[in-house]
Amino acid sequence: MSVDAKPMPATRELVHATPVESPLTLMWYKFRAHRLAVWSIWVIAALYLTAIFANWIAPFDPETRTGLPFSPPSWPTVMVDGAFVWPPVAFGVSQQLDRKTFKRVYAIDTTQRYPVQLFITGDRHSWFGLFPSDMHVIGVDKGGAFFLMGTDSLGRDVFSRMVYGSRISLSIGLVGVAISLVLGVILGGISGYFGGWVDLAVQRLIEIIQCFPSIPLWMALAAALPHDWTTIQVYFGITVILSLVGWTDLARVVRGRFLSLREEDFVMAARLAGASEARIIRKHLLPSFMSHIIASVTLSIPSMILAETALSFLGIGLTPPALSWGVLLQDAQNVNTLATAPWLLLPGALVIVTVLAFNFLGDGLRDAADPFSRESFK
Amino acid sequence: MSEPLLEIRGLSKRFPIHSGLSRRVTGEVRAIDGVDLTIMRGETLGLVGESGCGKSTTGRAILRAIEPTEGEILFHDRAGTVDVAKLGRDELKRVRRRMQMVFQDPYASLNPRMNVEALIAEPLICLEHLTHRQRRDRVVELLELVGLNASYLLRYPHTFSGGQRQRIGIARALALEPDFVVCDEAVSALDVSVQAQVLNLLSDIQERLGTTYLFISHDLGVIEHQCDRVAVMYLGRIVEFAETEALLRTPKMPYVEALLSAVPEPDPHVRRERVAIRGEVADPANRPSGCPFHPRCPYAQEVCKSTVPALRQVEGASGAHLAACHFAEALSLRGVA
Amino acid sequence: MTPGPIISIRGLEVGALSRHGMLRPLRGIDLDLPHAATTGLVGESGCGKSMTARALLNITPSPMRITAGSITLDDGKTPPVDLAALDPDGAPMRAIRGRRLAMIFQEPMTAFSPVHTIGNQIAEMLLIHEKLDKRAARERSIEMLDLVGMPNARQRFDAHPFNLSGGMRQRAMIAMALACKPEVLVADEPTTALDVTIQAQILELLQRLQQELGMTVLLITHDLGVVARTTSRVAVMYLGQVVEETTTESLFDNPKHPYTQGLLGSVPRLGSRRGRRERLPAMRGSVPPALAELPGCAFHPRCPKAVAGLCDVVKPRMAEVAPGHRARCLLYPEVLAASAALEAA
Ligand SMILES: Nc1ncnc2c1ncn2[C@@H]1O[C@H](COP(=O)(O)OP(=O)(O)OP(=O)(O)O)[C@@H](O)[C@H]1O
Ligand SMILES: Nc1ncnc2c1ncn2[C@@H]1O[C@H](COP(=O)(O)OP(=O)(O)O)[C@@H](O)[C@H]1O
Ligand code: SF4
Ligand code: SF4
Ligand SMILES: [Mg+2]
Ligand SMILES: [Mg+2]
Repeated sequence: MSVDAKPMPATRELVHATPVESPLTLMWYKFRAHRLAVWSIWVIAALYLTAIFANWIAPFDPETRTGLPFSPPSWPTVMVDGAFVWPPVAFGVSQQLDRKTFKRVYAIDTTQRYPVQLFITGDRHSWFGLFPSDMHVIGVDKGGAFFLMGTDSLGRDVFSRMVYGSRISLSIGLVGVAISLVLGVILGGISGYFGGWVDLAVQRLIEIIQCFPSIPLWMALAAALPHDWTTIQVYFGITVILSLVGWTDLARVVRGRFLSLREEDFVMAARLAGASEARIIRKHLLPSFMSHIIASVTLSIPSMILAETALSFLGIGLTPPALSWGVLLQDAQNVNTLATAPWLLLPGALVIVTVLAFNFLGDGLRDAADPFSRESFK
Repeated sequence: MSEPLLEIRGLSKRFPIHSGLSRRVTGEVRAIDGVDLTIMRGETLGLVGESGCGKSTTGRAILRAIEPTEGEILFHDRAGTVDVAKLGRDELKRVRRRMQMVFQDPYASLNPRMNVEALIAEPLICLEHLTHRQRRDRVVELLELVGLNASYLLRYPHTFSGGQRQRIGIARALALEPDFVVCDEAVSALDVSVQAQVLNLLSDIQERLGTTYLFISHDLGVIEHQCDRVAVMYLGRIVEFAETEALLRTPKMPYVEALLSAVPEPDPHVRRERVAIRGEVADPANRPSGCPFHPRCPYAQEVCKSTVPALRQVEGASGAHLAACHFAEALSLRGVA
Repeated sequence: MTPGPIISIRGLEVGALSRHGMLRPLRGIDLDLPHAATTGLVGESGCGKSMTARALLNITPSPMRITAGSITLDDGKTPPVDLAALDPDGAPMRAIRGRRLAMIFQEPMTAFSPVHTIGNQIAEMLLIHEKLDKRAARERSIEMLDLVGMPNARQRFDAHPFNLSGGMRQRAMIAMALACKPEVLVADEPTTALDVTIQAQILELLQRLQQELGMTVLLITHDLGVVARTTSRVAVMYLGQVVEETTTESLFDNPKHPYTQGLLGSVPRLGSRRGRRERLPAMRGSVPPALAELPGCAFHPRCPKAVAGLCDVVKPRMAEVAPGHRARCLLYPEVLAASAALEAA
């Protein structure tokens, strides 16, 4: 502890070794205290990287029919007949029809071994139409059973389909939130800043929108989309529908922060210092609630993802050939199918993981958004 | 005493009361109600009263930090006299540099996301045209004036103690060398030790720069030490106004007597005999008729319930001594020894 | 006339590890609360007054924990208990808290739940601790509200906390704290948020109740006027330690510790007739944070009487420097002797 006691003009001031940290550092400390939030960052990063590089990561093209429908998940192994093998191997499979039950059964043929290979040649693909390639990060030669999450009724690899499906499922949340953010910040800001009848009008609008139960509202709006739209058009249609409903919460947060910040002493101090309204908004109000907005935005992404999944599951959102987790889950609607191929529910697990990760991250951010709450109790 | 710097006439502020879901205006709070005050150049004028009586509203209305509902605020600048209450936006900006404020809560009045340099420089950026260099020099000069130094420039408010923050608030208020500073409970949140430092600092600055203060406080000990004259407020009105000595030794209004007798003396041998007043802090939304103090006043008579006593010179008092009580001359009230 | 102290705190330490190092708000508190008397605890903000109060009730805010020392509660009738050794959430501690030890806070709003009426909240305490039935609990609550001078107690039973003014809320809080007739009442700045006229009413009330009920009170405040008016003994705290402890008269007449002298000197006293332009004798600096580790006397960087080579080296111990007057300052030979003996050991 160093105590510097330099004489100073008015009085002598002692500087205690109080930690000198910037607000950002404080936020990081507070965020870091949330273990789950920190883990969630990694999970979310991994998900988005997978979505971006889906064509290289998926071992198969999502539409490739392997000729092995309803094959259960089969993972490569490193132990064969009690002996260790490296690299891990996948086995060949043969398919038979059980004469009594008329069920397909798969027999593993451990004599056929297909070593797992990195950067293997397989189905042709391209990255959004660019960089055509036939290289896959991981896979086995044709004939090996390398279905990490099984196959569907047409023999397509569920894992590959989930990887490709994440493109739409994960981006719809971001785009939807971006649109709601713009709407929310503008309308909430106007409402909080001008007050009076403008505020009243915006508040009524928000209340009306929030009064509708959201699922039927989405359903009604989604049903109104023209049937002859292309996948891309439907995608944007759904996004806009989701954000038209989703902006209200953000608008409330923005308005609330605006109103409470306007009452803060430091805003009045700035006004007395001669700051113009523009400067007060730019220098004092926006920086103070940016962090809150980021936290709220993060917390509203999961509901968008869930909404897309729900709509597509119900068949009024995206439909094949578009691929999203909701679309994949349509295959899991039939109880009989589920009994034979429960792995078709795995896209649902992925939805849950994603939603949880965003929620944990949002919680951490929300806590970090206000780093100055004095820790000592009064 | 020299010439007046500010003359405030009939200053009022009414806040609407909203109620119900529709937030319709269903009434109003008369936070201040016809305040008259004259503030002399170079003096420290104290303003005391219980919480909610309108002290902060008065200070803020004088600076137009909130819009007064009615009244005149005559500001006698070197250039001439203006009515601050009637100034437009641009003219107001010009007076802003002459009138500033130090806030009560040193935690709330500094934007936590700005460092010390940005905080103190803000008035200079908004109202002066200086080069970056000149501005920084000025900020350092101000920091030194309040007993801090240049090594603090890049630190953020949360890394300072309450007293240090209050100094930053003072430096910021003094950045434009104002003639007039409203100190709204500027030392109330501080420990006695740090409070003494800040009081001394305010006095030093006054001596060097000739600043005029409106010193709002509820601590009568601090008021006695710091102020030349004192005005006591009750329910949005000035009820007594005199030189500090006169007001404390010979109060002329029963509320002031009760207030003085309630202050605990930091000496176990002295037990001040308390003038008991009944009831709770008065509520400005629920103003009694007649003398606003009558429901709690031990000397109240019939006339007090119906007639509002005007603030007037007390006959027989030495010097200017204003009080708002029908019996200001008749009662012999106890002050501090 | 009095038996021993009802509470005796010895070597009490509270701390927690933070990212900047060890936070030590309490660094060895020694304090006795004499039976049926009011003891004051004063000091600047952040010196550990509230933490002492919370440690006494074993409600230190997490992650703060009692790391050393003992708090003995001994009323001379039941066997003594060491509160510091009890589990903060265990049944024995909960049975003592509220019933034998009670606390009132600076901000009464935080002590009440806003959704229940104050009457029900007081009755709740009685239902839990005294096992009264509902009717009796209600009657006792109204009696308590009456006792603390709540006007129209019977109607106010059904009031919500936000319907009451600050002074009334404080009265309601006192009623709740006293509902189970505790032996010890800890009052943490009970009047700081109130106006002087209301403060005077509340202090009078506390004094009256203390005498009527024969309670032991620990009154925490930073207002030396309040101390002079209401307490019989005072302890002065600095950076997590008691630095001076004696009777109220002795402290005000003859403060021994330079810190106490500084505090008393810097109060602008009403009626002091100190000239308007006179400077207040201000102490320099402010309380170091709970992280600070200072060699020697914790007060030496701010002390006007500090002796170089002594005060920044030797840790002073508490010693009796005058009859019934203990202080922790090396200027006194008794302290120096005790501290040197400790260094040597
Ligand atoms: N939860 C906590 N985490 C970290 N530090 C804490 C915590 N609670 C208290 N402290 C620190 O412990 C020290 C003592 O705090 P305490 O609240 O007891 O002070 P006090 O004397 O009651 O002050 P005041 O007069 O302001 O109420 C301070 O330095 C404070 O910052
Ligand atoms: N922005 C506001 N809106 C509504 N009422 C207010 C506002 N500011 C102050 N008041 C009311 O005006 C009265 C005077 O307040 P204030 O000037 O802050 O008192 P003081 O500073 O003396 O404690 C109080 O009753 C308070 O509730
Ligand atoms: S006018 Fe009457 S009620 Fe008012 S202060 Fe004077 S004596 Fe009391
Ligand atoms: S021991 Fe030294 S530094 Fe500490 S209070 Fe006494 S004289 Fe001051
Ligand atoms: Mg105020
Ligand atoms: Mg405290």
